[in-house]
Amino acid sequence: MGLQAYLTLAAVVFCIGFFGVITRRNTIGILLGIELMLNSVNINLVAFARFSGDVTGMVFTVFTICITVAEAALGLAIVILLFRVRRTVTADHLDLLKG
Amino acid sequence: MTGDGTFALAALLLHALAFLVLAVVAPLRRLGRPAAWFSILCAAGSLVSALLAWQRHAGDAMSRLVWEWLPAQGQTLATVGVLADAESTIMLTLVALVACLVQVYSLGYLSDEPAPSLGRYYAYQSLFAFSMMGLVLAPNFVQLFICWELVGLCSYLLIGFWYYKPEAARAAVKAFWITKAGDVGLLIGIVLLWRQSGTFDLTEMRVLVDNGALPLAGLSLITFCIYLGAVGKSAQFPLHVWLPDAMEGPTPVSALIHAATMVTAGVYLLLRTEWLFALTPDVLLIVAWVGAFTALLAASLACAQDDIKRVLAYSTVSQLGYMMTAIGAGFAAAGFFHLLTHGLFKALLFLGAGAVIHAVHGNDLPQMGGLARRMPQTTVVFLVGTLSLAGIPLFGGFLSKEEILGAVWAGGLTGPFVLLMMVAFLTAFYMFRVVFLAFFGTPPARDTHPHDPPMTMALPLWILAALSLGVGIYFAVAGPALPFGPAEHEFTSPDWLMPAAVGAAVGGILLAWLTYQRRAIDAATLASALGPIRHAALRRFWMDDLFEGVYGLGLLGFSRLIGWIDRYLVDGVLNVVSAWTVTSGDDLRTMQTGRAQDYVYGVALGLMILLLWVRWALA
Repeated sequence: MGLQAYLTLAAVVFCIGFFGVITRRNTIGILLGIELMLNSVNINLVAFARFSGDVTGMVFTVFTICITVAEAALGLAIVILLFRVRRTVTADHLDLLKG
Repeated sequence: MTGDGTFALAALLLHALAFLVLAVVAPLRRLGRPAAWFSILCAAGSLVSALLAWQRHAGDAMSRLVWEWLPAQGQTLATVGVLADAESTIMLTLVALVACLVQVYSLGYLSDEPAPSLGRYYAYQSLFAFSMMGLVLAPNFVQLFICWELVGLCSYLLIGFWYYKPEAARAAVKAFWITKAGDVGLLIGIVLLWRQSGTFDLTEMRVLVDNGALPLAGLSLITFCIYLGAVGKSAQFPLHVWLPDAMEGPTPVSALIHAATMVTAGVYLLLRTEWLFALTPDVLLIVAWVGAFTALLAASLACAQDDIKRVLAYSTVSQLGYMMTAIGAGFAAAGFFHLLTHGLFKALLFLGAGAVIHAVHGNDLPQMGGLARRMPQTTVVFLVGTLSLAGIPLFGGFLSKEEILGAVWAGGLTGPFVLLMMVAFLTAFYMFRVVFLAFFGTPPARDTHPHDPPMTMALPLWILAALSLGVGIYFAVAGPALPFGPAEHEFTSPDWLMPAAVGAAVGGILLAWLTYQRRAIDAATLASALGPIRHAALRRFWMDDLFEGVYGLGLLGFSRLIGWIDRYLVDGVLNVVSAWTVTSGDDLRTMQTGRAQDYVYGVALGLMILLLWVRWALA
């Protein structure tokens, strides 16, 4: 399997994540979509690192995963706070910025 | 010989002290009479100082007492202080004398006034006397202009002293604005003159002129602008309309401000800058013609008035025209001489008229009549004033008037001379018309039991009457050598001048006697014979109408046009733009849904556009 297959996989995962971000009505679903998109980027990084023989990409991916964990924790905390205040986690109902 | 300016300065500062104390110490001011006595005390001290200053500066002694005021780049732009010489100290004495007498007189005249209002009156009076003295003694144009405005302000405050009377309030505003129109000219003139000469100082400028160092180009414009200030202040045609209306103020105010001192400030200004005007004979010619015309116009108006104070007001305008004509003829000293004697007897006439008004409670001549038996003292002093004004020998106004006529003749101004002779006749006529209507003849049906005024009012009247007569007799004995200026007579009057002037005056008196005393000539017939002129005089020669027309059509019309442009064009454009902004903002608002995912669409769309742009536009 060449580099192209990994890149295709990453693109597919990215599109699935992006689709989830725009179509899910549940805020937690949106967060999951974002995680998918980030992971597709990780796949890209690892694939390029593997095929070019440079470990920089792999090291970078470890950092990305760490930060993603923090981001997920932060995102979930926001969602829980939102639920406490607004009694809902449906994105369509969270339209305080409506003009 | 140098004099000592301290006495002149003391005279000035005593009035300032009186004003400051009355203005700041409100409890004293509200007490009324104690405030008045304090002010009178200061005025008396000021009079003594002024007399001493005059005595020190007789002849050609001159002293300057100045302090630096406006420093500018290593030199002094303007100073304040006093410039005491023969002219200014004699004028100072006149101001101090009339101010002091008027303050004493006011004590009786305004005895019915509530105490706080009386205190306010005396505060204004002191401020006026201070400002007028500051004007008289001004060593430079800046101080002169400041004091010039201050006396205008005092005039406004005192005309409107009974501010609850609508006519008084209107008259005050009218006087303020019309004189202000002239003052603008004065200010422009002063600044232009500064640009030309580099100094505001009168003495320095005089040196420049004497050395011929002052550039003559454009000087006519400058002197004309300065003359404009004098036109406003000294009520020359066409800005004379404010003075008759100013009679709404208390009569002592009219005597001090609108007869003896403030209105003569214009004449005094031209006298002080006589050497400057001498360089511009064309402007002097205008001064002379306007003066003579004003004199005739006002004298004819005075004949048609029924209000005793208005007759005197027009008479003042007319006499100011006399002085101006003399200055225009190039003999300012003659005009100044008349200014001094006029100050005495016109103050006397106004105060006498005040006594009459006080007694009969009205200004109208038909309400008076037969007062000679009821008010013998007032009648005597009023007659002295009238004879002085008419120019009868031995009385104050005789020599000064003849001096002016001689000066105008010597100046070669035949036209103004003829006008002034007619004015001499008219002056005698209208003054004796007042005398015969008010003091002789039959009393009116409604009798108010008039009586001579109390001591505080009678004393100033007698002093002024004695001075009017004394000045006349002094000069008749000592010869017409002026106590100031060049000792030599600058001109010789022709021999026929004195009989002619006296003849005109006696003719006027005779006509008045025949018309109003003997009734040999019916007043109504006389009036109808002069039909159109009388009609015009009753309408004040349409001068007020003209000003109202200019104001109503010109100024108000222009303002309305500007208002319309502002309201509909400027505001209209702004309103359209703002309304458009509001509606478009309202429409665009709906773009903001508040849903996070819609923004993600936006981000994706933007990213796609960016990518396409990078791919095709920048490739």
